[in-house]
Amino acid sequence: MIIELGHFALILAFAVAMAQSIIPLVGAHKGWRDWMVVANPMATVQFLLVAFSYAALTYSFLVSDFSVKLVVDNSHTLKPLIYKISGVWGNHEGSLLLWVLILALFGASAAWFGGNLPASLQARVLAVQSAITAAFMAFTLFTSNPFTRLVSPPFDGTDLNPLLQDPGLAFHPPFLYLGYVGLSMAFSFAVAALIEGRVDAAWGRWVRPWTLAAWVFLTIGIATGSWWAYYELGWGGFWFWDPVENASLMPWLFAAALLHSAIVVEKRETLKSWTILLAILGFGFSLMGTFIVRSGLLTSVHAFAMDPERGVFILMILAAFMGGALTLFAIRAPVLEAKGVFATVSRESALVVNNVLLAVSSFVIFIGTMWPLVAEMLFDRVLSVGPPFFNMAFTPFMVALAMVLPIGAMLPWKRGNLSRALRPLWGLAAFSVAMGAVTWALQTGNSPLVPVGLALGLWVVLGAMADVWARTGRGGLGNRLKRLGRLPRADWGKFTAHTGFGVSMFAVAALVGWESEDIRVVQIGESFDKGGYTLTLTSVDRVQGPNYVSTMGTLEAHRDGRLITTLQPEKRFYPIAGMPTTEAAIDYKIHRDLYITLGDPQDNGGWAVRTYIKPFANWLWFGCFLMALGGIFSLSDRRYRIAAGADRTRTDAVPAE
Amino acid sequence: MTMFRLLLASLLIALASPSWAVQPDEILDDPALESRARDISAGLRCLVCRNESIDESNAELARDMRLLVRERLVEGDSDPEVLSFIVDRYGEYVLLRPTTDGANIILWVAAPVLFVIAMLSAGLYLRRRENAPEPSSGGLSDDEQKRLKELLKD
Repeated sequence: MIIELGHFALILAFAVAMAQSIIPLVGAHKGWRDWMVVANPMATVQFLLVAFSYAALTYSFLVSDFSVKLVVDNSHTLKPLIYKISGVWGNHEGSLLLWVLILALFGASAAWFGGNLPASLQARVLAVQSAITAAFMAFTLFTSNPFTRLVSPPFDGTDLNPLLQDPGLAFHPPFLYLGYVGLSMAFSFAVAALIEGRVDAAWGRWVRPWTLAAWVFLTIGIATGSWWAYYELGWGGFWFWDPVENASLMPWLFAAALLHSAIVVEKRETLKSWTILLAILGFGFSLMGTFIVRSGLLTSVHAFAMDPERGVFILMILAAFMGGALTLFAIRAPVLEAKGVFATVSRESALVVNNVLLAVSSFVIFIGTMWPLVAEMLFDRVLSVGPPFFNMAFTPFMVALAMVLPIGAMLPWKRGNLSRALRPLWGLAAFSVAMGAVTWALQTGNSPLVPVGLALGLWVVLGAMADVWARTGRGGLGNRLKRLGRLPRADWGKFTAHTGFGVSMFAVAALVGWESEDIRVVQIGESFDKGGYTLTLTSVDRVQGPNYVSTMGTLEAHRDGRLITTLQPEKRFYPIAGMPTTEAAIDYKIHRDLYITLGDPQDNGGWAVRTYIKPFANWLWFGCFLMALGGIFSLSDRRYRIAAGADRTRTDAVPAE
Repeated sequence: MTMFRLLLASLLIALASPSWAVQPDEILDDPALESRARDISAGLRCLVCRNESIDESNAELARDMRLLVRERLVEGDSDPEVLSFIVDRYGEYVLLRPTTDGANIILWVAAPVLFVIAMLSAGLYLRRRENAPEPSSGGLSDDEQKRLKELLKD
């Protein structure tokens, strides 16, 4: 019964969403106030209905209602509670319902917190957002209904894919969806502004928090996914340039570009049409990602569905929204007159360069991801585009970004003086290069990867420090330190996020450049040396888990005769799903991870053991964490917390010069 | 759907257990040769897995290809010779790094060309902004000017 109620609630929500995508638009066009404001309660109702529907589906997972097809396919009575909850979105239908829930949530937030928006803009934003939600509800209801019942329910389910039964992966999709869908808000604001024919500083200020939030969620989502791959897949890879990973990286890059260009709109009222275009394309790439994941067009390990009908449906959504928005853009963009005048050497220009690098790098990933498809259709060539291409094509953009970032961040708005901006930076640049050179001299082997990565990372981090220090102005040390504590949170956000970028950059270089590996057969009781540690395989046991059996090795790591740690890598087998998984044992330390996986038993009685030393692996996740944290700091800045409305922009606007 | 589940399950199995990737018994005695073998296999795609190199994959076919690579290296082939040997047998699909011939040149020049175009347009835009006249009014409508005055009072 509850399942049917959930289904019914979704159908009702669909009706509300359709009404909400039309009535407020008409109201805003005609200037009928009550037709506009009706969007607010509608958004709330829509959200409550979808939330109920989602809760109903979750309930059926919790009580293991095996008359529901989705529960049978993705759950089992013995499954731990947390994975019953995460099982709801561990499949195509449920994850789509989560998409819809988040879309409705963002729409409702725009109704709840958008009281200071001009009425017509708010009505249009809510209408556009609701149109997107309606499209995805139709997709769910007509092609991927999660509430389908079975005529003869089985006694138990077929279990969730064991790979997904992991805390890292349980929370990776919701964050990604929050990010993808968050970009829909930026899109809705962009389209609403195009309909209004007006983009001003206030618009920039409204759209930026949504973009920031989306970007923070995407950062967390991508980082948890990458971390999961690192510890779960058994050899410590963290990025594979898989089409689905690319599908999340492209919107991330666009969101990063957008949140920088929205600053320019907010502070200088220029780059308007470009920012609008970014907002449209950012969400376009989110939809593209959904399409890639769910159409199976680009086969990939995590593609959910290989169902042409679904693919066509998403392609239609994509075509309708992108086509509509871009046409509107072509008509209206010339109206958006830029105001701020600025010199070629200025913060504005630096942010333009930032945008060029981020957007072009994203397009390059796009071309690489789609190329196999294009080559097959147009040139009849079946080929692959893999990591070697992406590493080569993408890395230069990040290197260039890291090089210009500290300089751009120090330049003043409107008109800057390059030599003055560079004055506090020369020393830092020299120091970074020197440290890179020292690393080059000290390391074994001659790959330039780590020295370059270290120099760049250091340059970015030191540059961020110099920037924050420069923000304290002039005067004595005490005064400046005092002022440091009073800087706006946006400044700390910038510092933290840029530092995170530098840290991640160094970590990737160190991880790729300095990793070392050891593969061998080890007898029980035998010892071997790796990276300064003496590792002894003391035993291999069979262990029974809640819904799996495990073959668990126990290794002791000694250094200079002292026991450092005991590691227990496992090979698990999930009998219900009939699938094996590897559980690497990792000793996390600040300067390295000691990473061990257990392989097969060998004919001579030994076990295959792989040991890796992964230098500075933790720094990668820490860097991503810093980037997300920086976004959160910026999001909590006073100007977004207190009356982000139009009436404030003119009065407490940050001085432009 | 069942077909798809089976397919997905098999894909995920392939993905799940790469600790079996390079087996200890495959490793060549000559470390220089072995390191070349690793580099080559990292650039070759496993045919039955999705987006995995044969170096990471545990599939039987990937193992066969790894052994083939090592066999050719021991026979004294150079790296390009090994690659062309493999491509002759398995097709260009196995190359994770696409070739630069024919239409693929579009793929390879895309990044620099796009970058140059974007920088040129950005440069033109910046020059225009620099020479643009300073707008005179604040761009506010009369209503907004009135409202602003009210707000500024308190």
